[in-house]
Amino acid sequence: MQQTFFFQAMIYLAAAVIMVPIAKRLGLGSVLGYLFAGIIIGPVGLHFIGEEGQDLMHFAEFGVVMLLFIIGLELEPSRLWRMRRSIAGLGGLQVGITTLVLAGAVMLLQLDWKQALVLGMILSLSSTAIVLQSLSEKNQLKTSAGESSFAVLLFQDLAVIPMLAILPLLAVSHSGATGGHKETGLLAEWPGWAQTLAVLGSVAVVIISGRYLLRPFFRLIAKTGLREIFTATALLLVVGTATLMNAVGLSPALGAFLAGVVLANSEYRHELESDLDPFKGLLLGLFFIAVGASINFHLILSRPWMILGLVGAVMIVKMAVLTGLGKLFKLATPQNLTFAFGLSQVGEFAFVLSNAARDAGILSTEIMDTLVAVVALSMVITPLVMLVNDKWIQPRLCDPDKHKPGREHDVEAEENPVIIAGFGHFGNTVGRFLRANNINTTVLDTDSDNVDLLRRMGFKVYYGDASRHELLEIAGAKQAKLIIIAIGDEEKRLEMIQTIKKHFPNLRMLVRATNRNDAYDLMNAGMMHIYRETLDTSLRMGVDAMKLLGYRAHETTRLAKTFFKEDERRLKYLSSIRNPDEYVIAVKKYVEELEETLRADRDILRAGVDDGWDGREMVKAQVELAEE
Amino acid sequence: MPSVLVQFAHPSFYRSRIQKALVKTCKKLDGITINDLYEQYPDLHIDVKREQDLLLKHDILVLQHPFYWYSGPAIIKQWLDLVLEYNWAYGPKGFALQGKKMLSAISCGGGENAYTPEGHNSFPISQFLLPYRQTASLCRMEYMPPFVVYGTHRKKSNDIDDESLMYADILSGLASGRIQPENYRGLEVINSLGHGIEG
Repeated sequence: MQQTFFFQAMIYLAAAVIMVPIAKRLGLGSVLGYLFAGIIIGPVGLHFIGEEGQDLMHFAEFGVVMLLFIIGLELEPSRLWRMRRSIAGLGGLQVGITTLVLAGAVMLLQLDWKQALVLGMILSLSSTAIVLQSLSEKNQLKTSAGESSFAVLLFQDLAVIPMLAILPLLAVSHSGATGGHKETGLLAEWPGWAQTLAVLGSVAVVIISGRYLLRPFFRLIAKTGLREIFTATALLLVVGTATLMNAVGLSPALGAFLAGVVLANSEYRHELESDLDPFKGLLLGLFFIAVGASINFHLILSRPWMILGLVGAVMIVKMAVLTGLGKLFKLATPQNLTFAFGLSQVGEFAFVLSNAARDAGILSTEIMDTLVAVVALSMVITPLVMLVNDKWIQPRLCDPDKHKPGREHDVEAEENPVIIAGFGHFGNTVGRFLRANNINTTVLDTDSDNVDLLRRMGFKVYYGDASRHELLEIAGAKQAKLIIIAIGDEEKRLEMIQTIKKHFPNLRMLVRATNRNDAYDLMNAGMMHIYRETLDTSLRMGVDAMKLLGYRAHETTRLAKTFFKEDERRLKYLSSIRNPDEYVIAVKKYVEELEETLRADRDILRAGVDDGWDGREMVKAQVELAEE
Repeated sequence: MPSVLVQFAHPSFYRSRIQKALVKTCKKLDGITINDLYEQYPDLHIDVKREQDLLLKHDILVLQHPFYWYSGPAIIKQWLDLVLEYNWAYGPKGFALQGKKMLSAISCGGGENAYTPEGHNSFPISQFLLPYRQTASLCRMEYMPPFVVYGTHRKKSNDIDDESLMYADILSGLASGRIQPENYRGLEVINSLGHGIEG
């Protein structure tokens, strides 16, 4: 089919724009939307894309690279180090056991052991793109299921490298082996020790430049004030890392992840994240579309039961192994199921590995086609499996009334005056305080571990995404007086505010804010009660610091109160300015004003605030009187 | 030997001259407990139990503070409101403070002449201190004449030293039991018992 670039781009974008909102609306998640979009525009559907789906997939795999870069950004090295046990233990066992079990099963199908081993390895991997995209969409990356999933996926990404390396060794014929070698990049001609050196060298380059070069470099770029150049730099960084890793035969995704981790502590983290996010999203979308389009329906239709049987068998085996390991690593049942259901599909690396295995002469084209169909189907089914878990299994496991039969109608009777959305460290304190004062609260949280614990402590807790209006309705948003929005995700909070404004206009909102900028956004969203996370605490710390330096407690407390009010007043003033130029001037004025205040704090605050008690004017007058 | 509890309150201590000197004096004496209220409760959140325990451990209560608007700073009122509970300090079962003594130790901006019928405050200091006097009586305590420093803003530093010495003398006189009711009965202020009384 002869098509221009524009026409193709239009088809992909249109498919995504139509299908993804529909899928989201139906509560199916964006991944499924993209997959269906792919199926519809693919060879079996409208036939807008044909065989080039495979090439497209290679291009779109770059989305996975970006995804890992962004995940790396959110993961400080110290946290990664803390996760080492679950990465090596949980991940290692998952890949090892799943490979062996599936390889064993394949041998029952009369294939030889080398083929069985390769298939086992391929099938043991899960899809980083699908799992992480879905988890982050549901804000579950930081739950124990999310962390375990991440650990396993990370190990799998690492495991791809040795897997690719041993494929040639398993090759049936030697001619095949040399054929397979063309995958290993530019350095194939080099001797082994030089290759190893190059690999270690490039990892060192990524780490060292990330540590010492990139920050000054980004500062320089940021100074130009050109946003698109900053975005270009961010893209260049990811593309460059990927290219370097490709050249030495490492996984580009892994390299990008490494670069992300190195930059996780830098001040440009959020900027990088928000700049790359749309690219990541679109490329991942493209990747899912490509997967959808590449499903060979002719093959599936010719032997539907066999293919479906294989998909079912593979997913069930994977789930069983994952559940067992989750138990071993002490995941609570609801978290364990989220973990096992989530990772039950076969991942995108299967496409890469099966190509390499065919080139090496290990797998026949027929086996490979079947494999690709099984993999793609398992990816399509995953969002559905997750949906079943979210909609039916989790609510049942986390139902507060599960242990009290005969009280099913408690949900309808929910009339607590306060709803708390998000029961992490922030919401938790608010909740405890209200509870200590006999104010009943209904809690919404997305962490099923948390839900479990709170339920045992006698809290009324619902599991789920608090920005969904159905859930708010169930939690009694119609009857409640207040809602405390204490979830940590800034965007989710804004989303919640819109939902509440639309569906529960009488519910008053008290909102947590991450920082100044977030507080501006909340003010612009019309919020009256905004609580910056660290403001009170840092001021309290300042007061104690002054006390330890010998300042008087009461005076210092009053200074802090003045400072607090002043800061809030300025925040309100600055947020009221919509015109950007005016804003810049105001901010500049604010900074000058702040400097002025800081310089004159002693005089202004002390003289101004405490003038009632022995004020200067009065003392001066008295002294003059005495001298007369 | 009677023990003395000085309840001290100054919301703006860094600019006080007299009170600073008086506190410094107190700290050098034995048998005197100073409870710095604003330092202890910077946001006026008073620990009632702690305060009552302190009262029970002492025999003489001194309320030491600058005299603002003919009364004490806000925390003194807060302290009276919260600590002197019904049926603890007063009321049919309130005997906790029975037999203890109470006096004010205050510093006033106005001179001694201001607290006369001709002066701009019109009344003697004892009139303004009536609420304290009646508080003591309701709590079954004996009320003593106050220690007063007049005209604080006009004091030179050697005057301040004199006042401090006098205050020290009074406090130690109370703590040693040297100052007895027959010494102060009928006095407008207790200051004169400071200097020149043989120990």
